[in-house]
Amino acid sequence: MDPGVAAQYAFNGLMLGVIYAMVAVGFTLFFGVLDVIQFAHGDVVMAGAFVALATSLALHALGIAVPALVVIVVACAAGLAMALVGALIARYLVLPLRAAPAFNTLLVTLMLGSILRELVRLFYPNGSNPQPFPRLLPTVSKNLGNFTLRLDSVILLVTGIATIVMVNLVVRRTRFGLAIRAVAQDSDTARSMGIDFERVVLVTFAIGSALAGIAGVVYGLYYNEVNFDIGLLLGVIGFSAAVVGGLGSIYGAILGGFLFAALQTIGSVALPVSSAYNNVFAFAVVIILMTWKPTGLIAERPSERA
Amino acid sequence: MRSHIAVAAAAFAVGGVWLWAFLSTDSVWLFASLIVVAVLAFAFFQRFDAAGRYRRALATRPRRAALFAVLAVAGVAGGLRDQAYPLLMLCTVLLFVVACIGLNIQTGYCGIVNFAGAAFFGTGAYTAAVLSAHGVPHLFAIVAGGIVAALVGSLLILPVLRTRGYYAALVTIAFGILFSTFLEVNSALGGPQGLKLPGIDLFGWRFNRDIQLGGASASFYVNYLVLSLALALAAFVFARRVERSWLGLAFDAVRLDETAAATFGIGIARAKIIAFTLGNLLCGISGATYAMMQGFIAPNNFTFGESLILVSIVILGGIGNPLGIVPAALVIIVVPQKLQFIQEYRFLLYGCLVILILLFRPEGLLPRPLRNYFPESSA
Repeated sequence: MDPGVAAQYAFNGLMLGVIYAMVAVGFTLFFGVLDVIQFAHGDVVMAGAFVALATSLALHALGIAVPALVVIVVACAAGLAMALVGALIARYLVLPLRAAPAFNTLLVTLMLGSILRELVRLFYPNGSNPQPFPRLLPTVSKNLGNFTLRLDSVILLVTGIATIVMVNLVVRRTRFGLAIRAVAQDSDTARSMGIDFERVVLVTFAIGSALAGIAGVVYGLYYNEVNFDIGLLLGVIGFSAAVVGGLGSIYGAILGGFLFAALQTIGSVALPVSSAYNNVFAFAVVIILMTWKPTGLIAERPSERA
Repeated sequence: MRSHIAVAAAAFAVGGVWLWAFLSTDSVWLFASLIVVAVLAFAFFQRFDAAGRYRRALATRPRRAALFAVLAVAGVAGGLRDQAYPLLMLCTVLLFVVACIGLNIQTGYCGIVNFAGAAFFGTGAYTAAVLSAHGVPHLFAIVAGGIVAALVGSLLILPVLRTRGYYAALVTIAFGILFSTFLEVNSALGGPQGLKLPGIDLFGWRFNRDIQLGGASASFYVNYLVLSLALALAAFVFARRVERSWLGLAFDAVRLDETAAATFGIGIARAKIIAFTLGNLLCGISGATYAMMQGFIAPNNFTFGESLILVSIVILGGIGNPLGIVPAALVIIVVPQKLQFIQEYRFLLYGCLVILILLFRPEGLLPRPLRNYFPESSA
């Protein structure tokens, strides 16, 4: 294969990987503090993209056209709105179901996901059709042989990685991150040490969902299009990435995200059959990986989870 | 005792009338009031345990209970005999009940999560389509649908045995998506256009012919209703027998505590393999029958979303109780169809409805009762 084409595929794979990793980190954070899977997470990404779209249209209507300012405002709006949504989900759906079987949380959040999807489809103007997402980033590009390096993609890649690193720093280096890790390790002991359990859970959900909202903005800016139904597959892929990496581990989620993107890219380029089989290939490899490493690549600590 | 049975029979009759009205009504107000009546009756029985003694009386006479259920459905079928659409809905509910009883053996009894129910349902459907296109007798095609689904499921046995909890959930989710994507992109099985199937022909009994008896006529869906009811009853009796057997005890032990089960000499792998295979077998059989009833199948009948519908029915009914599956299947399958009058808002309302049920009844509509070790003496 031509090195330029190969580089193009690799770069596209990296972009996908960043988006998946951002989604997967949310899954893994939620699992850490509450041992639950919030399955509406993929639809939170979608909702974030739509909030960003609406904000950019509003700014346009107000006549604000400084691109850098618009991008920052849009990303903040999506992040903050989704942080609020995430905290509300935790407060009113996930925490009340703590005593119920884990299955129920799964089903309730799945239903919530379809509610979010329906809300956007029904109440966003013309929401049942794909919406064009404005190009807010400079589209200068540089050709290196067959490889086109676009400035906007580079900015998105760097932004995505930077947000993940920031979340990781918050969890590893701050006092609040210490509280999150304490709750993740043993919520009862953490409580007895004076940690406000509910606040930790709510803020963790807010952080994870804000990350999802920004992932939605990255998605929109990269594909220049968003649709109300992108959430389900994004959610499943993010979940797969988090699980393959090892639930509860941020590095695992990042690894899983890039791994899944790599599998999809390999599936669409290097397989002898049609590139449409890329998801079949990726999910088949996921099943094989799970058989080989039943608790993920970066294994969960060996204590029995009840 | 006898009077209790009589009351229970009357309850089945009332239930039949309710079901008939529920399925056939076109009026918004009648539909809404039927729902309200059902909710009130349910709340009443829950509050005062009024149904308890009748249920126990029936529980000691399972054949009688089955007879009442058959009579009630037969009555409903008689009432609906020329209305094809409600009959089709009822058949769909019964076939989904079969598939969900299968999932219930996996999830409810043995604790194996399966988010690929639609994939095994679809395996059965596609097997039936391919076999019937090659002129295989239809009864055999339906049975083969179940067997092929069980065989395909055996591919997943190793990963399912090695993983737990959410990790196991991912294995089945990945398989479910893999399956529907595969159907979508391959060309041998019709791709996105799907496949056509002939109507069932059992030893010269052609299911797709309207029934003429004397002067009365009935829609041909009555044929399918008879078959689906027979399948549902068989699956139900089968699940109950499994539950009562040593195998069922082993399943419960494995679900509740694998380590403890292993120390008592229960073969965990064996129990899980049996439960998983039995469940997939039932999914496959119901999928094959469903495909032949519909006459047409396409990949988007067997997506991850459909698997979620199957899982929702099991959870909503009360995990582990095959009896709960019936009302749950009615809610999940019929309600969105009947909510046509609110047009596109129906999925929104339906999602809210399921969330509310789970918030206020986390154990499901009919939670699984404690295992009754001495049914004879409880009368």
